[in-house]
Amino acid sequence: MEQFATMKRSKDGQPIRYLVVDDSVFARKNLARMIETFGGQLAGEAGDGAAAITEYDRINPDIVLMDITMPQMEGIEAAEKIVQKHPEARVVMVSSVGYQENIVAALQRGARHFVQKPVKPEVLYEVIKYVMGDDGSVANAAAAGAPEGAGSMK
Amino acid sequence: MKMELIQPFINAADAVLAQGLQTRLSIGSLSMEEEAYRRKGMAALVRLTGDIEGRVIFDLDKETAVRVARRFAGAELPESDDLVRETVFELANQVIGNAITSLNDQGFHFRVHPPVLHASEHGPKGSEDTEQLVMCFETESGNVFMNIVMRYSHVQSQGMAVGGHS
Repeated sequence: MEQFATMKRSKDGQPIRYLVVDDSVFARKNLARMIETFGGQLAGEAGDGAAAITEYDRINPDIVLMDITMPQMEGIEAAEKIVQKHPEARVVMVSSVGYQENIVAALQRGARHFVQKPVKPEVLYEVIKYVMGDDGSVANAAAAGAPEGAGSMK
Repeated sequence: MKMELIQPFINAADAVLAQGLQTRLSIGSLSMEEEAYRRKGMAALVRLTGDIEGRVIFDLDKETAVRVARRFAGAELPESDDLVRETVFELANQVIGNAITSLNDQGFHFRVHPPVLHASEHGPKGSEDTEQLVMCFETESGNVFMNIVMRYSHVQSQGMAVGGHS
């Protein structure tokens, strides 16, 4: 898998911490592998929306990658509950259904962005950069062809 | 059988499998059948209702499902019945999700029901009205079978919601 310029948190230079939520083990593993190539850290995993809320409270991640259709509680509802409690939460929906209504529903209920499955690493990378904004930075920007010392990602 | 309804599923299956398996694949066989579908391995059935009605079956044998899961994950995963089941379901979710995105963009509205395990040896028998497309994708991980029955609904479908999917 392609290696990307490492993304870090601007405030402390530490890896961006992710919570990956999907009822499919191999979908979670696939996202975890991508996160690794971004220089991120898999802080936690959950297999449904209810577990995602618990995990968010426990690990307070920088980014949540959230599937939509899951048992117990669907991803959009879980995203809404997380954002209600933590308005600063950055939730990115990851779903195979990319039609307009689905995207709008997710964004209206608190998600920051939407990535369609099957996930392309280069697409997810750009979305993470956008969602992190000034709170993230590309650490080895020279490797990615960007000017040395490039700062915020927006 | 209306090919304009079928094509998005073929395109989606091709794209999802090619990207997930990181390999080229070919269509080994493609046929229209009226006979009842004979299950090959672990099969997931997804029903659609609304402007378009029908169902799609994804079918993989156990060994293929484990190899597909490992390729998609890019990691060794312990072999289990749960892994096989969720692999078939996730494949169905991804393919159908992509196909209905395309159909929705064309203005069709329908509900996609969650995948269910298709446990019987035989699927529902086709008819003149519900001829089945049976196709086999040949991959390095094994054969993936997809069986589609799809038609325009005769029922007034205004106001029906488009169903969510993974």
